[in-house]
Amino acid sequence: MDGVHDMGGMDGFGKVEPEPNEPPFHARWEGRVLALQRSMGYAGAWHIDNSRAAQELLPPPVYLTASYYQRWALAMERNVIERGLAGPDELAAGHALRPGKPLKRKLTPEVIKEGLTRGSFYRQAQAPARFKPGDRVRTRNIHPPTHTRLPRYARGRVGTVELVHGCHAFPDAVATDRGDDPQWLYTVVFESRELWGPDADPTLKVSIDAFEPYLDPA
Amino acid sequence: MAPHDHDHDHHHDHGHGSELSETQLRVRALETVLTEKGYVDPAALDLIIETYETKVGPHNGARVVAKAWSDPAFKRALLEDASAAVRTMGHESRVGDHLVAVENTPQLHNMIVCTLCSCYPWEVLGLPPVWYKSAPYRSRAVKDPRGVLADVGIKLSKDTQIRVWDSTAETRFIVLPMRPAGTEGWSEERLAQLVTRDSMIGTGLPKKPEEVA
Repeated sequence: MDGVHDMGGMDGFGKVEPEPNEPPFHARWEGRVLALQRSMGYAGAWHIDNSRAAQELLPPPVYLTASYYQRWALAMERNVIERGLAGPDELAAGHALRPGKPLKRKLTPEVIKEGLTRGSFYRQAQAPARFKPGDRVRTRNIHPPTHTRLPRYARGRVGTVELVHGCHAFPDAVATDRGDDPQWLYTVVFESRELWGPDADPTLKVSIDAFEPYLDPA
Repeated sequence: MAPHDHDHDHHHDHGHGSELSETQLRVRALETVLTEKGYVDPAALDLIIETYETKVGPHNGARVVAKAWSDPAFKRALLEDASAAVRTMGHESRVGDHLVAVENTPQLHNMIVCTLCSCYPWEVLGLPPVWYKSAPYRSRAVKDPRGVLADVGIKLSKDTQIRVWDSTAETRFIVLPMRPAGTEGWSEERLAQLVTRDSMIGTGLPKKPEEVA
């Protein structure tokens, strides 16, 4: 969706301001949110793209003013409710009022190593890769109202395939509960002027990782 | 969880404990419900938090970089397949399948961003800092990286080529910075002290030899 989360190239957000000696978490609840997200992901309650999509659906003023882990928590509440894992009445009460639904598995201390290992997004290829390194491609000018990982600044642009990353679960499908729909994934690099016009810094190149359905031969 | 409830990204919990914010209460309710439903185990939550507070962080990536600086065969393996190369080092948070290392040279400076959310190589750098997840960085890194670098006090030669990697899929990138001059004969442990988090994101440079003991 064309949301405020898709920030590449926007002006007006100000300077980048690092915080000296920044701690991993700024409040205890932030760590709880991260750990809950990780545990629910391990349990198979939803996929990471469902979590991203739920954040993108936050109203723009909320997205832009909530802190990072607040966004996570709001997205988690939405996914919990939408998937029938708990009711709004239970979240309001702060206690379960009905038994839980069965999930695939549960993250416990015994399997914590496995739970902390990043999952693989490789999937069985359904067809040969359409592109190879060096191929010129044009990204599609698409504006799906649902989750996509093709940023606006790189739509309808001509670039060069640089890396082929294998076949991956396709976020646009996963986020809309249409299964993995495996697609080839490529690093596509663009000249700055193709993205930002004739006044762009000529020493700059920008790449995205693009799924095959985002690309046409150029 | 109204946004105004939270000061901003730099909110600190000072542990006074007397007044719980709406956010704290909502997160507590969520955890209680998910626990009572049998979906999550609070003991596992504790271990996850402990891991990211004490075990997984930029020191993991610094070891990778120092090894690449010291061992040409490892460097080749890292640039060929970073997941496989890092997996041989036995990190606490074990690396997934999709890590790519990109090398800085005198002609080329690499920078990593995620314009769409906050994708970051957790396995080797730990959790991303607030600025990396913030609108100023996400918006400008792909259009004005020299301006971003100026914000953090880095000035590159105007001839240096800049490459920005937008992490739009599950591939994760780590920058292999250039080894500082004057470090000939240093051990991997000593070299690792030069490797800053930001030098592996591309928004910083390694420390100079005289900056470490």
